[in-house]
Amino acid sequence: MSTEAEIAVAVSKKYYDVNRIREDFPILKKKVHDKNLVYLDNAATTQKPTYVIDRVNKYYTTMNANIHRGVHALSQEATEAFEGARIQIKQFINALGKNQIIFTRGTTESINLVASSYGRANIKEGDEIIISHMEHHSNIVPWQLLCKEKNAELRIIPINNNGELIYGEFEKLVNEKTKFISIVYVSNSLGTVNDVKRIINYAHQFNIPVLVDAAQAVNHIKVDVQDLDCDFLAFSGHKIYGPTGIGALYGKVELLEAMPPYQGGGDMISKVTFEETTYNELPHKFEAGTPDIAGAIGLGAAIEYVSKLGIENIKEHETGLLEYATKQVSEVPGLRIIGKAREKTSVLSFVLDNIHPHDIGTFLDFEGVAIRTGHHCTQPLMQRFKIPATSRASFAMYNTKDEIDVLVNGLKKIIKVFG
Amino acid sequence: MDAELKELYQQVILDHNKSPRNFRQMENATQHAEGYNPLCGDHIDVYLLIEEGFVKDVSFKGEGCAISKASASLMTQVVKGKTKEEAEKLFEKFHDLVTGKLGANPDIDELGKLAVLSGVQEFPVRVKCASLAWHTMMNALHNKEEKVSTE
Repeated sequence: MSTEAEIAVAVSKKYYDVNRIREDFPILKKKVHDKNLVYLDNAATTQKPTYVIDRVNKYYTTMNANIHRGVHALSQEATEAFEGARIQIKQFINALGKNQIIFTRGTTESINLVASSYGRANIKEGDEIIISHMEHHSNIVPWQLLCKEKNAELRIIPINNNGELIYGEFEKLVNEKTKFISIVYVSNSLGTVNDVKRIINYAHQFNIPVLVDAAQAVNHIKVDVQDLDCDFLAFSGHKIYGPTGIGALYGKVELLEAMPPYQGGGDMISKVTFEETTYNELPHKFEAGTPDIAGAIGLGAAIEYVSKLGIENIKEHETGLLEYATKQVSEVPGLRIIGKAREKTSVLSFVLDNIHPHDIGTFLDFEGVAIRTGHHCTQPLMQRFKIPATSRASFAMYNTKDEIDVLVNGLKKIIKVFG
Repeated sequence: MDAELKELYQQVILDHNKSPRNFRQMENATQHAEGYNPLCGDHIDVYLLIEEGFVKDVSFKGEGCAISKASASLMTQVVKGKTKEEAEKLFEKFHDLVTGKLGANPDIDELGKLAVLSGVQEFPVRVKCASLAWHTMMNALHNKEEKVSTE
């Protein structure tokens, strides 16, 4: 396991030691079809460093207990570690208070929480909710369900051929009926980084709250909720080198306090009688039932790990990989990149003339290369580009240019077979 | 190329992918059905011209991977001229083949052209690709209106 000092050594002002970082990720030593694993499906989920795995292991081996209720030593220790993770998240996204951080199962549950609780309490017949054409299904369907229930309308910000939001069109969509905006920070299919601050500033002129889906943002760019001034922000642990099944919702205190509970159960109450229940204070009001304690602690460790490497350093490394990959694939005949935004994270989505993404995926798998093929849970976006699917390579802190070469050579081989 | 991969992408498959047979919309179809694979967004239309219990003509249109396209193309070839019952039997045979029920060395004489799809059984995630056209054909055969979905 890497000690804190060792992690710090992997990044200094002079160099970014990717080989040193790779040693922290045991899965990267795995062979697939007798080839070295080349894991380029990081936008789906990232691999976990020993730093995280060991922390989860340590929780179960030395402090497993239920939190917030036991007077015994173990419960206190577990509670402290769990609440410690909340503070780590608070600091990581620069929230004002730890009571603004609600643990959820991930981005999807965070968005559903807001749609169910805030949405049901505030959205009325004839109201409008704005999302964009590049949303993940998880930021479409919860709002669709809400609109159906309330007879409200979902409005869509269009995008241009490069895969960027058309901000002028967004401003035209906003009117007195607009009651909520939910927008993705970074597109999972295209890598586009949206100017969410611009959206938020404009929306706030009309007192419209904005939720930011930061699932694909937190692991690539510095996210600062105070600077953004967003009203809600959602993200998942597993996209930032933490465990699956854990994520967080950030919300402004006045909004969260006014919202009704999302789920009822233990831990979210302060007093229960059969006649009436008084709810617990924030954030516990929204955390019914025993949470994924180990997951939260693991997420805290992942944030520590990423913070020690420095999100700016990681971003710089990934930008280098994206530039290299973009240049290398430009030599692949018949390859078209989908998503050419000026501001992009390390996502390379593409189609090959006359070769279906699923065939590409199967072929590359035999080269040891893991990429994602399909619609990436963004079917409306695929319809916008008139394609059924893309192949997507997405790069993380531990990827190398050599791995990109394996990808590109694999693509050239496929073209030979299908040519 | 890896042996397993070569078995999946046999030359015949690549050929049918490149130039699929009976790849057209049918104006005078008596039956038609739509199939969809939500996992990958693939979409297929299968058209049948049934006369006196015989599949007089069969064609397909749509978008899909090499496996699904070749499987659809081969299907139109083997089903054409068969009775409805024979077409159903072929479906069962095909299904047993790709799901591995016939084993690694199926009776090639009995399967005919379909035998080239035997490599699919080694790729569980691709069985749906190969099956989509067949399920859609079955729906068309039975005049079922609802869209076929692999999920």
